[in-house]
Amino acid sequence: MRLPLGFEKIWNDAGLRQVFAACVTLGLATGVFAVSFGVTSVAAGASVAQTCVLSLLVFTGASQFSAVSVLGAGGTAASAFGGAALLAARNSVYGLAMAPHLKGRLGTRLLAAQITIDESTAMAAAQSDATHRRAAFWITGCSIYLFWNLGTLIGAILGSAIDPKTYGLDAAFPAAFVAMLWPMLRERRSALAAAIGAALCLALIPFTPVGVPILCAALAIVVGIPNPREAEQ
Amino acid sequence: MSWAFVFALAATAYGFKVLGLVLVGERQMPAMLDRCLALIPAALIAALVVKDTFSIGQHLQLDARAAGVGAAVIAAWRKAPLIVVIVVGAMVTAALRAAT
Repeated sequence: MRLPLGFEKIWNDAGLRQVFAACVTLGLATGVFAVSFGVTSVAAGASVAQTCVLSLLVFTGASQFSAVSVLGAGGTAASAFGGAALLAARNSVYGLAMAPHLKGRLGTRLLAAQITIDESTAMAAAQSDATHRRAAFWITGCSIYLFWNLGTLIGAILGSAIDPKTYGLDAAFPAAFVAMLWPMLRERRSALAAAIGAALCLALIPFTPVGVPILCAALAIVVGIPNPREAEQ
Repeated sequence: MSWAFVFALAATAYGFKVLGLVLVGERQMPAMLDRCLALIPAALIAALVVKDTFSIGQHLQLDARAAGVGAAVIAAWRKAPLIVVIVVGAMVTAALRAAT
């Protein structure tokens, strides 16, 4: 894999240093959750190998947790699969948003697809120019991939984990997303899309299966239909 | 758990991820569609924040996370570095849980 910037350039760039520092923090939080995934998965009847392959290939935390929880509770494979697939669907929406920033060789794009998740998309979108977007996407995606798989292996073998909630790690992700969202809110239409997306999601949570509210939040992008330049004329 | 289940889920998850990237690919999109797609991160990340803060599964729930994320909002507003916003969010949540 070729990073779009040299390592030295990343280190000399204040914006990317922030991305790096945040990735290590988020990575550690991810790792703790991964340990608990490893434990849950093995307890639900998966082998250590199956648990690790899930993290290596599926690499969508929410889907993986949902699948092993349903199976562990005695649910059918079909219901475990359906719920997990619904949670994985939003990554296709992220792909649509990231595609213009991930142009390049087909092989690179196929690799980029595997790390197209909440965190990498959010971190990329929070950057102000194309070069930083690309770099932030790869740095975030790769570091989360590393920590997620390392944690899974540890949890699957060890069979015991600390509760991420004790350290407030379940709040680390929404907190990070707040910080990533912040620069986007300066633009009026992004702020409007964010407000509508949040409201749609909140309204749908009690009434739709898990995963659906986030997908429906994408409807908020219709605020981009009117052309701002035409409106000025 | 069967291996068939593992690989079916892996194929589905990758299929979703690659779908968006391939669908748009190198294509030049109409300006209107470009404007809409550019708003996806804002809409979905805002949705993720409220889901992760106020819900557990299909239930809405107000707990220590709301205070932690509230503190994170203040930190972001005060232009704190990303890493500080994350740590503040987690620490306030953990502290409130330990206290109650």
